[in-house]
Amino acid sequence: MERVLATDGTLVAEDPALSPERLRELLEHMLRVRCVDERMLKLQRAGRVGFVGTAKGLEATLIGSAAALGGRDWLWSGLREGGAALMRGLPLAEYVAQMYCNANDTAKGRQMCNHFQHKGSHYPSWSSCIGTQIPHGVGAAFATKQRGEDAVHGIYFGDGATSSNGFHSGMNFAGVWNVPAVFVCVDNGWAISVPSSAQTASESYADKGVAYGVPGTEVDGNDVLACLGAMGAAVERARAGEGPSLLVLRTYRMLGHSSSDDPSKYRDDAEVSAWAARDPIERFERFLVARGVLAEGERASLEAELLAEIDAVIHEQEAAPPMPLKTLVEDVYAEVPRHLRRQYNAFIAVAERHGEAQPGDGAFPL
Amino acid sequence: MPTLTLVQAVNDALKTAMRNDDSVVVFGEDVGPKGGVFLATEGLTSEFGEQRCFDTPLSEDGIVGTAVGMAMNGLRPVAEIQFQDFIFPAFDQIVSEAAKLRYRSGGQYTAPMVVRTPYGGGIRGGLYHSQSGEAYFCHTPGLKVVIPSTPADAKGLLIASIEDPDPVLFLEPKALYRAVKAEVPEGHYTTPLSTLRTVRKGTDVTVFCYGAMVPVCEKAAEQAAASGTECAIVDLRTLLPLDEEGVLEAAKQTGRVVVVHEAPRFCGFGAEISALIAENAIEYMEAPIARVTGFDTPFPNTLEHHYMPDHRRVLDAIEHVAAY
Repeated sequence: MERVLATDGTLVAEDPALSPERLRELLEHMLRVRCVDERMLKLQRAGRVGFVGTAKGLEATLIGSAAALGGRDWLWSGLREGGAALMRGLPLAEYVAQMYCNANDTAKGRQMCNHFQHKGSHYPSWSSCIGTQIPHGVGAAFATKQRGEDAVHGIYFGDGATSSNGFHSGMNFAGVWNVPAVFVCVDNGWAISVPSSAQTASESYADKGVAYGVPGTEVDGNDVLACLGAMGAAVERARAGEGPSLLVLRTYRMLGHSSSDDPSKYRDDAEVSAWAARDPIERFERFLVARGVLAEGERASLEAELLAEIDAVIHEQEAAPPMPLKTLVEDVYAEVPRHLRRQYNAFIAVAERHGEAQPGDGAFPL
Repeated sequence: MPTLTLVQAVNDALKTAMRNDDSVVVFGEDVGPKGGVFLATEGLTSEFGEQRCFDTPLSEDGIVGTAVGMAMNGLRPVAEIQFQDFIFPAFDQIVSEAAKLRYRSGGQYTAPMVVRTPYGGGIRGGLYHSQSGEAYFCHTPGLKVVIPSTPADAKGLLIASIEDPDPVLFLEPKALYRAVKAEVPEGHYTTPLSTLRTVRKGTDVTVFCYGAMVPVCEKAAEQAAASGTECAIVDLRTLLPLDEEGVLEAAKQTGRVVVVHEAPRFCGFGAEISALIAENAIEYMEAPIARVTGFDTPFPNTLEHHYMPDHRRVLDAIEHVAAY
């Protein structure tokens, strides 16, 4: 397993020689993920947002790996990569609007929470179906290659998705087509309540690459520098036309699958506390303090700044306008077809009678 | 004007679209040098190269899943599923992904793509080379479902489907692939989606049909005419989004309706036509709406000619409705 930092923050491999600014940025991105998650969980408990799937414990996997992707590269996401989208350019306001599923959401509130997208940084949202985004990333990588462009496609999924159709077909097609893709399996040990021992008989998820002619590597997913280094090598390999790779970032989901899940029903506290001692942010913090890049206790002030920024955005998003009712039937097709216009017009006639329609919600011309 | 079979017209449409737009790519199982099991893609790899027409691994889920990603990144994929019976591994990608992408992303991402696949019986293909699964897909908002019945329509509708901004399932009636030759215009043209084709005019009974049932209904209408009943025949051509006004207008003109398809009856597309007319034009009806369909069974093999509606069963329904 590839590792750069030991749990105590000491270097156990070659120093990646990043600038102090770059090192601090990585920490701030990880802290932002944790702070956003913390606030979203609070909002969920207060009934303000419906669902939260946190990345607590996984921050190094998504920040470290995605930090190796450039601006023209794509990130094909699963449930927990929203923090990587923030790092790559998704405005925090759009992130929070998506969690609120409000009228400021670029997806027009149509997806449940934790389904982020950001076209500007090539970050499509996932659907909720497990593994379906994997062949999408492969097809998009084929298009990139066919046009002679040099973008790389980072395709993210969890350990459970390695059992899906999409993983098999995506890995197989990628190997045959030799496309510029990196498969990033964030192996957090649990697919909701199903442990890896019930998911596969393979010793490692990385072994699965062998069957597709795609090299697989295991990486310490709680080590942001190891994630960055392994992803950087895989991205450069893909960009050079040498083919796809599979990275398995081994980590642990510290909280439930989502705000609707109680993990104490299926896993031991001892396992959770053992992983808590390997916290990715604390590990990196120790490294930065020892290196003199971060002052002792500085993390608390960074977190306070982040939380203030997040709270201001939350305050703005609480005041979002109501969702236009026509979004019920728009974007099903490029143009609203006649049958949907008729269905909407019948609906809005009832809504208007009950005083529920806003200006602009009125009937479509037929 | 050249005369082509329906499958030759499909081939002509693909070549025309690929010459017109470099982003059009064609792929699937055996579509490359072999040219497809029905030869719909014959000559494409040699003309356009293996970056634009190529064979894939044997995985329908992978074919359609990668097509979605290609469409999201600027290509116009035309994926072939060798038989519609084999499409179900890709059902998730069609229904959950391609059809919902525009809606779920608020229009930020789209999947302009075509899945072509031969459907229907009549070639002694048994359970798994004969099915008509259109109803499964017509229950899927965001998808378009198109079925041609003539060579000229096959070309015009396929080019229109490839140029359409939304995902299209293009179902080709394999029983008609080589059944007739007809004139097909040369070069680029489109036949608009969501428009009906009046196959035959008539004042007594309106017959709605599509795909391989169109010539069956024409034969039944000729026999009905011999005994004095004049049938209008409407080829639906696009099932989703359906030209509902056109259906209602045609139904009102005669007040007597027969709907014909080879798919099973229960929840079949005929039920939608029947309900549409019952809800919007029942006061025009002079007789109960009749459906002539396949049985609610798996598709048979040796008895397939009894399973599929033939002109005699259609004629019987026409006579029954006319005499009511």
